[in-house]
Amino acid sequence: MSNQIIFKSGESVAGNELLQSVRERSGVQVEVCYQCGKCSAGCPAAEFMDLMPRQVMRAVQLGQAELALRSRTIWLCASCQTCSARCPMELDVARVMDVLRQMARSQRIQPAEKGVVLGYDLFLESVKRLGRLYEVGLVAGVNFGTLNPLANVFDVGLPMFLKGKLNLVPGWSGSGEVKRIFVKKGAEPDADV
Amino acid sequence: MQTYSYYPGCSLHGTAKEYDHSLKLVMSKLGIQLHEIPGWNCCGATAAHSTDEILGLALPARNLILAAARNQPLLAPCAMCFNRTKITQHEIQNPATRKAVEERLDGADLEATGASRLEVLSLLQALASDEMRAAAAKWVVRPLEGLKVVCYYGCLLVRPAEVMHPDSLENPQAMDRLMEAMGAKVLDWPFKTECCGASLAIARSDVVVALGRRLLSMARGVGADAIVTACPMCHSNLDTRQAQIKARYGESFDLPIFYVTELMGLAFGFTPRQLSLSMHVTNATRLAERIGRTQG
Amino acid sequence: MARIGVFVCHCGSNIAATVDVKKVAETVGQLPDVVYATNYMFMCSEPGQKLIQDAIREHNLDRVVVAACSPTMHFRTFSGAIQRAGLNGYMLEMANIREQCSWVHPDKAVGTDKATDIVMMAAAKTRWSEPLFPREIGVTRRALVIGGGIAGIQAALDIANAGVEVVLVERSPSIGGRMAQLDKTFPTLDCSGCILTPRMTEVAQHPNITLYTWSEVQAVRGFVGNFEVDILHKPRYVDASLCTGCGECLTRCPWKKFTSEFDEGMGRRAAIYRPFPQAVPNVPVIDAEQCQAILSLRENPERDKVRCGACLKFCPRKAVDFRQQPTVGTEKFGAIVLANGYSLFDPAVYGEYGYGRYPDVITSIQLERLMNAAGPTGGEIRRPSDGHHPRSVAFLACVGSRDQRVGRPYCSKICCMYTAKHAIMLKEHDPHVQSYVFYMDVRAGGKGYEEFIRRAQEEYGTAYLRGRVSKVYPEGDHMVVMGEDTLLGMPVRVEADLVVLATGVQPQPDADAMARILGISYDGYGFINESHPKLNPVESNTAGILLAGCTIGPKDIPESVAQASAAAAKALGLLSQPTLLGEAMTSWVNQARCAGCFSCEAVCPYHAVERVTLRDGRRAAQVNEGLCKGCGLCASVCPGKVITLRGFSDQALLEQMNVLLLQPGERIYARNSL
Repeated sequence: MSNQIIFKSGESVAGNELLQSVRERSGVQVEVCYQCGKCSAGCPAAEFMDLMPRQVMRAVQLGQAELALRSRTIWLCASCQTCSARCPMELDVARVMDVLRQMARSQRIQPAEKGVVLGYDLFLESVKRLGRLYEVGLVAGVNFGTLNPLANVFDVGLPMFLKGKLNLVPGWSGSGEVKRIFVKKGAEPDADV
Repeated sequence: MQTYSYYPGCSLHGTAKEYDHSLKLVMSKLGIQLHEIPGWNCCGATAAHSTDEILGLALPARNLILAAARNQPLLAPCAMCFNRTKITQHEIQNPATRKAVEERLDGADLEATGASRLEVLSLLQALASDEMRAAAAKWVVRPLEGLKVVCYYGCLLVRPAEVMHPDSLENPQAMDRLMEAMGAKVLDWPFKTECCGASLAIARSDVVVALGRRLLSMARGVGADAIVTACPMCHSNLDTRQAQIKARYGESFDLPIFYVTELMGLAFGFTPRQLSLSMHVTNATRLAERIGRTQG
Repeated sequence: MARIGVFVCHCGSNIAATVDVKKVAETVGQLPDVVYATNYMFMCSEPGQKLIQDAIREHNLDRVVVAACSPTMHFRTFSGAIQRAGLNGYMLEMANIREQCSWVHPDKAVGTDKATDIVMMAAAKTRWSEPLFPREIGVTRRALVIGGGIAGIQAALDIANAGVEVVLVERSPSIGGRMAQLDKTFPTLDCSGCILTPRMTEVAQHPNITLYTWSEVQAVRGFVGNFEVDILHKPRYVDASLCTGCGECLTRCPWKKFTSEFDEGMGRRAAIYRPFPQAVPNVPVIDAEQCQAILSLRENPERDKVRCGACLKFCPRKAVDFRQQPTVGTEKFGAIVLANGYSLFDPAVYGEYGYGRYPDVITSIQLERLMNAAGPTGGEIRRPSDGHHPRSVAFLACVGSRDQRVGRPYCSKICCMYTAKHAIMLKEHDPHVQSYVFYMDVRAGGKGYEEFIRRAQEEYGTAYLRGRVSKVYPEGDHMVVMGEDTLLGMPVRVEADLVVLATGVQPQPDADAMARILGISYDGYGFINESHPKLNPVESNTAGILLAGCTIGPKDIPESVAQASAAAAKALGLLSQPTLLGEAMTSWVNQARCAGCFSCEAVCPYHAVERVTLRDGRRAAQVNEGLCKGCGLCASVCPGKVITLRGFSDQALLEQMNVLLLQPGERIYARNSL
């Protein structure tokens, strides 16, 4: 399988669709990144990632949407903002990760970290219906969804339950208002690149 | 009598109940009334902003509108809820963003309701200012002498710096000084603002276990008896995963993780029981009682 | 009637691309007193100038308009050309249709219209041109060099060797500058002191050089050829004429706990000190803020017995004088060379690197002091925390350089090289050391530089890891450096016993203050502006003030030395002539009608207006034509309109306005645009 990038005559590298789209949605001047690596060096989850955060920025610079949106990296990002805080070009790298996540979702790209995305979906389902997070439901949902029903149950879940930290009865925000927040109204831009 | 609107967030009603309990006890001593916003919703945490930009802002915005009705500063002790709420106020300064958020909220007016201008405070901002620290020091009846702690701020209380305005981005001191005022010996350590892995705990607990081990190891390495924090996610990741860390790395830490308010409560004379310390998965009561015992 | 010649330049495509130069020449040629109008590709070239000269002779022109670039570029060129054709050099007007027209208007119709207006106005102005004659100014055949680092030393020696008197002023107790702090220099690994100290001695002994150390320039007045400078001589509290430099006082001082500035905080000194053993002059100074004797005198100047006084007690020549006072001397110079060097970025700003928080995080200059045999550790590389020799050393490049976040987007040029040097030297000190260099790019453009970097990697086993470091933190007894090897795309953690930050070059903290004293300009960082970055790199924009070394921008020793010699050559050029030509376009006051309000004096930026008493007892203003730069402020502010700026008379300017404000019907040409 060949793995290369081809630039044809007449193309504009800085004008590529992915870069323009990410720039517009995030406000971050990705083209200015000079690939120093400080973001990746300080990223707490870097050792678990396939692409380094720096490489995701590079992928955006070169218009490699597949590479960026199919990476584990964007889902393993914990949004800790260390990268953005230290970037010498003052780029909000964490914001770029956020935008790529949003793009991957709305383009319905199969996420490389299914469990993480399942977690997000279940989290939001819970908030949509109840206005609050139902933690037990979330953990159970992710466990079953990732075919790992007993993950964290005995070594973490059970002790927490015994200490009274887990509500079996979900909380509720008392009105159906929150549900409406989930519905996109008016002319909102959708994420398609 | 100072009153704050109170936004506990999902954790303080659930996995971080002891934070809620200890907070209320401490506030009662300090003469601050907390009025929980009726009908508050989840701030959306990481899930919302990773999925839908406007959703991630509209959820906290709804809480701001609810809170603004009372025109009192809003206390958000959960670092995530605080972070998302402050970011929302920051982002809606952009008119296009504000409009989009208001549309999601069925045309609510974030300006007119006062939501955009409402004063929102983190736990440290409410308690660790010079003024409040001095006030709190007066209530100390049982100084935490002999207790060596490291202060763990985590990510969300300090970043992004332009929204959170920490006293220092890489070496914040607010919590350190507050704990010193409570009589504890606060040790310097280099991981004050290192990430614990946050919500990766659900689907990638291996990451959280690795990061947690690093944090606990450094805390132990500098000689700390305990870690004190102001973030329910950090607390949960460090407190509830020590068994997993032991299973994976063979290292037994048994390092109690306290909330700021729990240590303040102990210093104010509340008992471990009153502070619900038994809710910790990693035993914190033993250490708490030992502090009491060293006092004559 | 005037006989005006108009010459419109294409300047290649610089003007011709957006201005129809042929049309402009034709249009202006229609004016009755424009006897000859033409256009040419490059007016400033030899054939271009010949064209003008031939036209002057053939058509009997008595004044010339050259429509081309800015007068700052070529006024002198064309002025010289018409002079050689027999006209006075000031019977010339340059119409700037390049910087002020063709370069800023992409639309050719607009550009041509505007250029036509500009040239018409210039032609109109020349109707009022008069021959002008620049004054001759006397020259003081002495040079001042500010700064005693290698650049200042080189400049002083070059000027002195040409037989011209030089004064070298250095504000620290000894000359030598940064080079004196270094151990070895790249890429030769010469011992820095060994190549520097002979020059320092040469300076001290040169009959044409007067060396003032522990002295500062406080004020500069005057102009090229005629500067008057106030120099503050700070008290050493040691009589240099008695001191033999034996150094006894240094050992006798009981107060030895002060931080040594020369050792960059890595060592201590006493209250009476020499910055380094080979100091020139070899006369100690006393830190007045720390000396008990001097402090006791400050408390009570009347007392005759001071506190302590150990240095004086043990001095064999009794050379210590606690009552010494500062003095200010005023001296005259014809030219000034500014070589006040650089300072280094303070990395405490990077909280993530822990400088100032963790003892084993140091800067490169601090490492240099450790390496130097005359340094605080006698040349032993020791960790500040426990004094042990480090086995693993991490270097971080670009600390305070190429970093927008800390306001230093530029590259400091020398750090890649000195870091490689450090890696090599560490290995020379201890063959078991492993060095890591965290870099973004390696900049090694000088002669032998690339080879030097290769040597550091190939011969000395230095591990070059491409990636900026995110954080440095202590773990147990070592530091952990968090980086990424971007070439492999993996996070890298280095356990280092010592972390060295390669800090960036920046101007001296008071560079801007010195620039203001001299009346020269500087950029946003504080680096002094050279007159032209390409063709005039060692002159400032103020005549008579030359520049050399890092005060202009980051550079290495060979470049500093080359610039110093270049600045010296320029200075000698100014000082080799008995007189200099001043400005011809100066102001003059019609004293018959001057009311003596002296508003002109108040606004003159060059202090060129004098008050004189006329024979009838009236007070009037008078312009010192040597100082006058022809800015015209006096002429515009004078309420009585009695001041004329030569070359810019009221009539000339009004004539220009008239042309510009002509009604459409009065114009001799139709405009294409509005």
